[in-house]
Amino acid sequence: MIAALAFYVFAAVLVASAVMVVTSRNPVHSVLYLILAFFNAAALFLLAGAEFLAMILVIVYVGAVAVLFLFVVMMLDIDFSQLREGFQRYAPFGAVVGGILFLELLLVLGAWNFAPDAGDLRLAPVPEGVSNTEALGRLIYTDYIFLFQAAGLILLVAMIGAIVLTLRDKPAHSRRQDIGAQIARTSILSMQSPAPGQGITRESILRPLPPEPKEKPKPVAHDGHGHGGHH
Amino acid sequence: MTDFLNTPVGVLALTVAQTLALLVPVLIAVAYLTWAERKVLAAMQMRKGPNVVGPFGLLQPFADALKMLMKETIIPSGASRLLFMAAPMLTFMLAMLAWAVIPVNDGWAIADINVGVLYLFAISSLGVYGIIIAGWASNSKYAFLGALRSAAQMVSYEVSIGFVIVTVLLCVGSLNLTEVVRAQENLWFFIPLFPMFVIFFISALAETNRAPFDLPEGESELVAGFFVEYSSMSFALFFLGEYANMILMSALTTILFLGGWYPPLHMEPFTWIPGPVWFALKIALVLFFFLWVRATFPRYRYDQLMRLGWKVFLPFSLLWLVLTAGFLKITGLLPA
Repeated sequence: MIAALAFYVFAAVLVASAVMVVTSRNPVHSVLYLILAFFNAAALFLLAGAEFLAMILVIVYVGAVAVLFLFVVMMLDIDFSQLREGFQRYAPFGAVVGGILFLELLLVLGAWNFAPDAGDLRLAPVPEGVSNTEALGRLIYTDYIFLFQAAGLILLVAMIGAIVLTLRDKPAHSRRQDIGAQIARTSILSMQSPAPGQGITRESILRPLPPEPKEKPKPVAHDGHGHGGHH
Repeated sequence: MTDFLNTPVGVLALTVAQTLALLVPVLIAVAYLTWAERKVLAAMQMRKGPNVVGPFGLLQPFADALKMLMKETIIPSGASRLLFMAAPMLTFMLAMLAWAVIPVNDGWAIADINVGVLYLFAISSLGVYGIIIAGWASNSKYAFLGALRSAAQMVSYEVSIGFVIVTVLLCVGSLNLTEVVRAQENLWFFIPLFPMFVIFFISALAETNRAPFDLPEGESELVAGFFVEYSSMSFALFFLGEYANMILMSALTTILFLGGWYPPLHMEPFTWIPGPVWFALKIALVLFFFLWVRATFPRYRYDQLMRLGWKVFLPFSLLWLVLTAGFLKITGLLPA
């Protein structure tokens, strides 16, 4: 009973926050609702017994992707009135696309035939004594290793593409730090360890002493000006 | 009695009792960590530190807490009120939430889940939200800059923390924290995995925004960083959250590398001391290193911080991960 109640609570919050992602006026609030939606999806995974997927969803999407999302959205300079104008213009078009997608989903689900033993498999996706993580690892790294590697390669290509697009040569006059060279310098100074209370005398400083001023600076003659205020 | 504990109400009551039994000591530890930090820093700088309120200044944390409570909570006029108040609560809540899976002794965890390591990693990666939301909701330049720095910093160092954790998990063969500690019964992991231990400790400093990586709150350039606009209890919650996170990261270091509740040697005088005490002592040792580092090193420059994370720690931990995996495979030590 408690599991069913939890499912409906999480599912309701998930749908509500997903709606708020689209409808809230402030884009930062949208991203925060998106994070709430991710969180509830992770909770649903937990209820379904997929604890590994739940944790990965939180780590990857909430902990990294959404942070960068929030990062970018916070720095956007947005004119809210212009945004709302766009909403009015695009709303019918969006509704049509959404409606078509929904219809297609209905058609697919309506024509779906389950294998006779699929229901039992769905109830116990993981065999007895094998943890979720282990089962998933076996599937990804043993049965579908090439597909998995190919997916990784595609991501790598995307990453290299992004780097190539943004990397450009720095102008020649920009000064960069060479940490190796900096550490390899020999110091002309040395550490002193004077006894407590003694302090460092002038003689113990190895740095060449500053030259003594040749003559005392002349006191500035008082010229009677600059006293402002009294006349 | 056992019948009552099996009913839903009984389970709830038991969980609440367990939670209190864990969180009250943690909060007291947080209070005394602030005292210990001031004492340790003072000793390292040849000062006395707090010594007026109570014997050895031991009541200082409570005096500070009382002072914080008496102050006025100020919400800046341009701030996003709800998020402004929610951010410190979130920070504090996340710092407390992670303790649910920490095994203090063999089998002494509130929730002994089989993805415990991932849970801790997920919670610690959420810590950045309190900071980002605080920075944005304050509607202040300094706070915002602090938040941006923090976001970039925490996301960068999580990557190397992730690789370190994976290396440890390779040697354990389980994601359960109790199993991680049990695998170290004879050999604590900081000996074979010493470089990873160092990387983990330094990344933990960056993850908790501690000196020398305290750029998000660098007072010389950002006043106080992301919590400039906070006062009173909301400020205190940030403060408590930061220190609770320090203790949490120390606990994680203890579990992953320092053998959790096990004594250093399984022989007479060491085995007299119970496991939880060893656990607390090890946490205290790691915390002392946190304070020592703060007293010793100046703050990192921002580009150097990023260079260290992405160009030094990431390649090195990746290399060490591959080496560990190869070594375990060749020698046949890979846990089933």
